[in-house]
Amino acid sequence: MIRLEKRPQPSQLWTYLTPVLAVLLTMIAGGALFAFLGKDPFEAIRTIFWDPLFSEFAFYYRPQLLVKGAPLVLIAIGLSLGFRAGIWNIGAEGQYIVGAICGAGVALALYPMEAFWLFPAMVIAGALGGMLWAMIPALLKVKFGTNEILVSLMLVYVAENLLASMAVGLLKNPEGFGFPGSRNLQQYPSAHNAELITGSGMHWGVVAALIAVIFAYVLLNRHMLGFHIRLTGEAPRAARFAGVRPARLILFCLGTSGALAGMAGLFEVSGPSGQIGIDFGSGYGFTAIIVAFLGRLHPVGILLAGGLMALTYIGGEIAQSNLGLPSSAIQLFQGMLLFFLLAVDVLTNFRIRLTNKAEVA
Amino acid sequence: MDMSAINPVLLLASLIVAATPLLLAAIGELVVEKSGVLNLGVEGMMITGAICGFAIAVNTGSPLLGLLAAAMGGAVLSLLFAILTQFALANQVASGLALTLFGLGISALLGQGFQGEKAPAFPKTDIPLLSDIPAVGHILFSHDIVVYLAFLLTLGVWLVLKYTRVGLILRAVGENHDAAHALGYKVVRIRVLAIMFGGACAGLGGAYISLIRVPQWTEGMTAGIGWIALALVVFASWKPWRVLLGACLFGGVNVLQLNLQAAGFAIPVEYLAMSPYLITILVLVIMSADRSSAPASLGRSFHASQ
Repeated sequence: MIRLEKRPQPSQLWTYLTPVLAVLLTMIAGGALFAFLGKDPFEAIRTIFWDPLFSEFAFYYRPQLLVKGAPLVLIAIGLSLGFRAGIWNIGAEGQYIVGAICGAGVALALYPMEAFWLFPAMVIAGALGGMLWAMIPALLKVKFGTNEILVSLMLVYVAENLLASMAVGLLKNPEGFGFPGSRNLQQYPSAHNAELITGSGMHWGVVAALIAVIFAYVLLNRHMLGFHIRLTGEAPRAARFAGVRPARLILFCLGTSGALAGMAGLFEVSGPSGQIGIDFGSGYGFTAIIVAFLGRLHPVGILLAGGLMALTYIGGEIAQSNLGLPSSAIQLFQGMLLFFLLAVDVLTNFRIRLTNKAEVA
Repeated sequence: MDMSAINPVLLLASLIVAATPLLLAAIGELVVEKSGVLNLGVEGMMITGAICGFAIAVNTGSPLLGLLAAAMGGAVLSLLFAILTQFALANQVASGLALTLFGLGISALLGQGFQGEKAPAFPKTDIPLLSDIPAVGHILFSHDIVVYLAFLLTLGVWLVLKYTRVGLILRAVGENHDAAHALGYKVVRIRVLAIMFGGACAGLGGAYISLIRVPQWTEGMTAGIGWIALALVVFASWKPWRVLLGACLFGGVNVLQLNLQAAGFAIPVEYLAMSPYLITILVLVIMSADRSSAPASLGRSFHASQ
């Protein structure tokens, strides 16, 4: 009979080991899934995790790692602040979309003016757009106690409809022969989020993601506000006695995560994606939730987890074209990862004891 | 724009059809939350039910078998959530999110070969005599069997929760799991059963969309209905009859905006399509002032050692 025994303190060792264990378990279960789909499991796993980095075409895939990883890390860093304090912003996808609309809107309004300050202004507009979108659930929670999970998620659907309306209406390319979608920002030098070093995949979004990691690390470890965030998550009662004001914390966490998600959207729309289109929303906002948990809500962990998740995106695309693996299999693979992660997390907080006979609990 | 194209009797009849999946998912979630568990995976269980039901109905040609498969699919998926939260004691919010992401992935994978297929027609069951009443008969008593089932389920859940010992135990577990444990009730077992009931209901609700309301399979076709069902439980203050009322209200909003789209109303389609979500937020704001009726142990993990 298996019995769980609560540890007096979460195990340090298992805190680091569980994400690795979860990834391994996902590989095994994923391999079984791929075998079930009639693909060679070893080849599939190798294609997803090895080929993007070390195959002969890796020079083409490695830059993609930064392009896909940057928005994931940027969004996940913001989400992790709230998750630590028990504030659940799961509408990052909506904030990402609104940030992109606001940022691109600034550029499209000023087209075809060329100015050095245009791109910074777009970044600010994107961050503000995302922040304001996240402020809706934040203010409703502070003022009326409304559940932020449901409100932030509902706003994703609202944002998707807003995006569709923008792509065929206000932001539509007047020279686009009636096709939906805005002007391509890649052809607008002042607004283009170009690669900083050609062929490296390094664009301003990657820089912003790295800065966000450092900022979050300093905030959580060296600043009173970060201490309050951690305290609220770990001991809400103690936090109240320590004078933490929950309302301020909610506004800060949701606002920051919204701003970061909005920035991620702006960097995407002005760079890799190029235009506001109906299919702009790519699910980064939801995958970032997995990244945040996989990185154990720790900035450095999130950086690593973002890289790993970007790898599954790229490897998934390779597997799709080379092995004919359906794209939904990769989606399922990512979902499985979160499941295993939550399941093995029990080892961090509990000891597993084997007892000979059933005891009276 | 032509408002006369909107026929009030047809509108109300399609309101009931739009309300049924919401009602099924929400009544299941109500039971889960009454037992003190917050399962945010309703959307994932609904979409899984939708594809399980659709696949079985297409392959066997029997929509009833499809419904059964949908309920089982939803229940099996919810069992994953039960294992995570009740045995591995994982955070319920995170596990629910995981369930939704997982459900969306697995449904997309299962549904690959079914895009564009057509589900076998579901027979309508007119209730004798009652369905002959003008207007009212057509609105209320001329539907498929699932509509009546959803209504009976609401009635059943209300009766069981209010008047039976089983209902009392379930509520006790949800209000104070430590006290219920001390009285000798198997908290974990009761919760697992409640979670599976919720999963089966959500699966049925999903299958109602893919088999009867649409009836086709498209990826992500539940489009947030599972999340609206979650909001509905809050709206209803955890009371079965108010879930029914809320489901009709949301069904009505959805049907009305679809009709306005079809009638070429002056507001662009995208803004009309936003309205159910915006109204959900509005209703949540209004209802969140009253938190007294939420089960006291909602969302808290239970372990006998604590």
